[in-house]
Amino acid sequence: MDLDKFKVHGEPLIYGAMISIALATIGILVGLTYFKKWGYLWREWLTTVDHKKIGVMYILAALLMLFRGGVDAMMMRLQTAAPEMKFLDAQHYNEVFTTHGLIMILFMAMPFIIGLMNVIIPLQIGARDVAFPRLNAVSFWLFFMGAMLLNISFVIGGSPDAGWSAYFPLASLEFSPTVGNNYYSLALQISGIGTLITGVNFIVTILKMRAPGMTLMKMPMFTWSVLITNIIIVFAFPVLTVALALMMFDRLFGSQFFTMANGGMDMLWANLFWVWGHPEVYIVILPAFGIYSEIIATFSKKNLYGYTSMVVSMLLISLLSFLVWAHHFYTMGQGVMVNSFFSITTMAIAVPTGVKIFNWLFTLRKGRITFTTPMLYTLAFIPIFTIGGVTGVMLAMASADYQYHNTMFLVAHFHYVLIPGAVFAVIAGFHYWFPKVFGFRLNERLGKHAFWWIIISFNVTFFPLFFLGLMGMTRRMYTYSEETGFGPLNMLSFAGAVGLAIGFVILVYNIYWSTRYMPRDTTSDPWDGRTLEWATPSPIPAYNFAIVPKVQTRDAFWSAKQDNIPLFEDKITKIHLPNNTGKPFILGVIFFFLGFFLVFSMWIPAIVAGIGIIIMLAAMSFDRDHGFYVSAEEVIATEKKLRGETV
Amino acid sequence: MKKKGPLYALFLSLILLLPGCSSLTVLNPKGPAARTLSDTIILSILVMIGVLAVVYILYIFVLVKYRAKKSNEGYIPEHEEGNKVLEAIWIIIPIIIVTFLSVVTVKSTHAVENVAKEYKDQKPLVIYASSSNWKWHFSYPEEGIETVNYVNFPIHRAVEFRLYSFGTITSFWIPQLAGQKYAMSDMLTKLNLSADTAGSFIGKNSNFSGKGFAHMEFEALVMSDKEYAEWVKEVKDTAPKLTEDEFKGLLAAEHLGRKTYSSTHLEFSPPPGDHSEHMSGDGTEMDIDNGNMDHQDNKDIHPSPEPSSQTEFDSEPNPEVNEPLPSSPVEEHTHEGH
Repeated sequence: MDLDKFKVHGEPLIYGAMISIALATIGILVGLTYFKKWGYLWREWLTTVDHKKIGVMYILAALLMLFRGGVDAMMMRLQTAAPEMKFLDAQHYNEVFTTHGLIMILFMAMPFIIGLMNVIIPLQIGARDVAFPRLNAVSFWLFFMGAMLLNISFVIGGSPDAGWSAYFPLASLEFSPTVGNNYYSLALQISGIGTLITGVNFIVTILKMRAPGMTLMKMPMFTWSVLITNIIIVFAFPVLTVALALMMFDRLFGSQFFTMANGGMDMLWANLFWVWGHPEVYIVILPAFGIYSEIIATFSKKNLYGYTSMVVSMLLISLLSFLVWAHHFYTMGQGVMVNSFFSITTMAIAVPTGVKIFNWLFTLRKGRITFTTPMLYTLAFIPIFTIGGVTGVMLAMASADYQYHNTMFLVAHFHYVLIPGAVFAVIAGFHYWFPKVFGFRLNERLGKHAFWWIIISFNVTFFPLFFLGLMGMTRRMYTYSEETGFGPLNMLSFAGAVGLAIGFVILVYNIYWSTRYMPRDTTSDPWDGRTLEWATPSPIPAYNFAIVPKVQTRDAFWSAKQDNIPLFEDKITKIHLPNNTGKPFILGVIFFFLGFFLVFSMWIPAIVAGIGIIIMLAAMSFDRDHGFYVSAEEVIATEKKLRGETV
Repeated sequence: MKKKGPLYALFLSLILLLPGCSSLTVLNPKGPAARTLSDTIILSILVMIGVLAVVYILYIFVLVKYRAKKSNEGYIPEHEEGNKVLEAIWIIIPIIIVTFLSVVTVKSTHAVENVAKEYKDQKPLVIYASSSNWKWHFSYPEEGIETVNYVNFPIHRAVEFRLYSFGTITSFWIPQLAGQKYAMSDMLTKLNLSADTAGSFIGKNSNFSGKGFAHMEFEALVMSDKEYAEWVKEVKDTAPKLTEDEFKGLLAAEHLGRKTYSSTHLEFSPPPGDHSEHMSGDGTEMDIDNGNMDHQDNKDIHPSPEPSSQTEFDSEPNPEVNEPLPSSPVEEHTHEGH
């Protein structure tokens, strides 16, 4: 075996990263031992099957990845801040923008959203858990191990460097001979399988486990958006699974699916990638629409305007999202007919999206709007996302796209869509639901500071990129000459990126500060919420609802408070809960090693790991574990304690 | 609203920049194809500013009017289901806008995918542009000359670039003359352009293609007919022939400066087949226009429909390479028709 493959070419930055990763790991291990937290970590977190804890772990992982992806972004903006910068070399820059894209989409935005839905969906539909709690843990550990596998690529063997879309033949062994793109195919595969399982789990949860009386058209909008998202996941992710498997065969076993000769087709990859990749955009954006709908209704004290058209528009968007993938390669010479078809389907998405924007504006109308931190992010989303939307229509016009394609204009557009559409949404949702999970609010003053830094800096960072695109600056250029005139706007953009970084640091500082100093809420409903999750005590007991609620109206909790429609009528009885299990975690770890061994073509250990996975799967399917009961007395005692004698 | 400040300043600057801005390369076209695209872009920007204006006015109005203040304390808004008429309005108007833009798109796409109408009656000058590693090869089959990393062609002349690649997917782009198009190893794509201003224009690869990508630029020099004829003659008289060995050396090199040759690589390394007829009904129309002639000389130069079996990438011995490819009926069809 060739040990050189593990080495990453020497650069102070990478050595710095290696040292900091090593120090952080040692620090965590020593800390856990010193405070005797190993048992706690294992019992409470690594083996948990509680949807709320799994959700919290998703969100923590996503926040970590936000900073990893953010550092990548800073390095890119710094490298292009001035002509002929010498901060990164071409190879390093290529790895940085590739991992930035992968991490932000797959290991930040999506897990953050999956984390929020893990925490909130069962609560919102009045359920005690997800349909398959152990499978849920498997999903999380597969995602987490996939993310870790991609992250170690930076220091062991080299990161993927062919762009997050990994177009062939560039991503083939011939043009990318390092192991970087092996990591791509395996890390994405492992976490992708986890996501697919999540999709199945949540579709079943939402369809089968709603509280009595909650018909589909009485579901909260966030639940609707998550249902539709998971349907997209179930249709889109198998395509990614197949594409990545073919890629792995091409790179590891010498097959010729995407090669330039022997019948391989490079455009087959582009098609498969975007048949998954375009719906993926909606996987991260539709739940955001749901989050915003909840927040707008709560803080304008109104029910959502045009509920039915909101649902229909999301269904239409999900359908159209599968009919637009070829707009990612208008310039491949597919002719006027094909380009026109995809132009029209792509522009058509603007119609249902516009419906939502106007419905939100009319929800605000005649309301009583309070400007809390989550509401500020939501309100900022509307004008900024609209810019992203209208530039999307501009890009959808095939002819015009011949000029925008692959330029900074495109980069500006999708950041104007994804940052307000996904990042602001998860931050808003995070601030909004934080008191539900932890029993205290985040500090509003710090929250608003972070907000203004982020909103203003966001525009300073990304608005200049529209102009750079029209000036002819292509994306993914690690350097440019003075004569191009790209310098000043890039410098402005870098200044904005610094501001964004400051905003995110304040946001994290707020979490720390609030954990230490914010008063614990005496109420479980700090925002005067409308949906069922606010009907549970905070922090939420393991069984969520002592009594399963009966739903009669759309904003069930609001009606209960406003019109005294009773939610909880039954008596408290014993509650069944699943046991914790370490098997999903162990399965995830073996998957990590399988991925690692395959990346380096170490066949014998890979086969051993493969057998280990089969054994674990068998062990899990023959498991006879019927869970346990919490007795009625225990539930009553817990409820009394949490609610201060009100039950 | 505080956060509107920077946004409005930026929008204002956008509007001010639009008319006379020469640094916005894309909006400063020097030929009919790029002009069509520039007009399309400006039209779409204006329509979209209209849409933004509606949303922003409504947004500011609602936020100012319905914010929580002392005077409306204790006010609990009424339940409001929605309004069919209003919702119909914001479904129908966007549909009208999208329909309008669709018509514009189809027309302009058709316009730039074909020879510009001013130059319809000319037989276009065919130039093969192929990429390898991080450089561009330009072959002039009619003149029998080839250049590397620069291309010259006459003003007021329809030029048809035929694009392909000896490696990764690249995208051929001269922003002031035409929109970009991909160059791929297994398929020939066509790009029509013409210039109505003489001068030097920057051209580049705009699709990420590996570590030398940022430097993959070339100069497109538009000259008068006379200058062009002189240049061709001079090349033929003075430049060396492009031998197969020399060409292999060029392909293997990562970056190169300018090179000039008095023969092309097309003779010994033919380009891939043209699949464009099968991508849409439109290709046939192009064929009727500039005709069998083209296909005829296409055939003379590239007698074999097989993928080039002599490029460096195919040098590995492979038993199947010389057999007809059963997996690509597309190619068989292309050549059956003629």
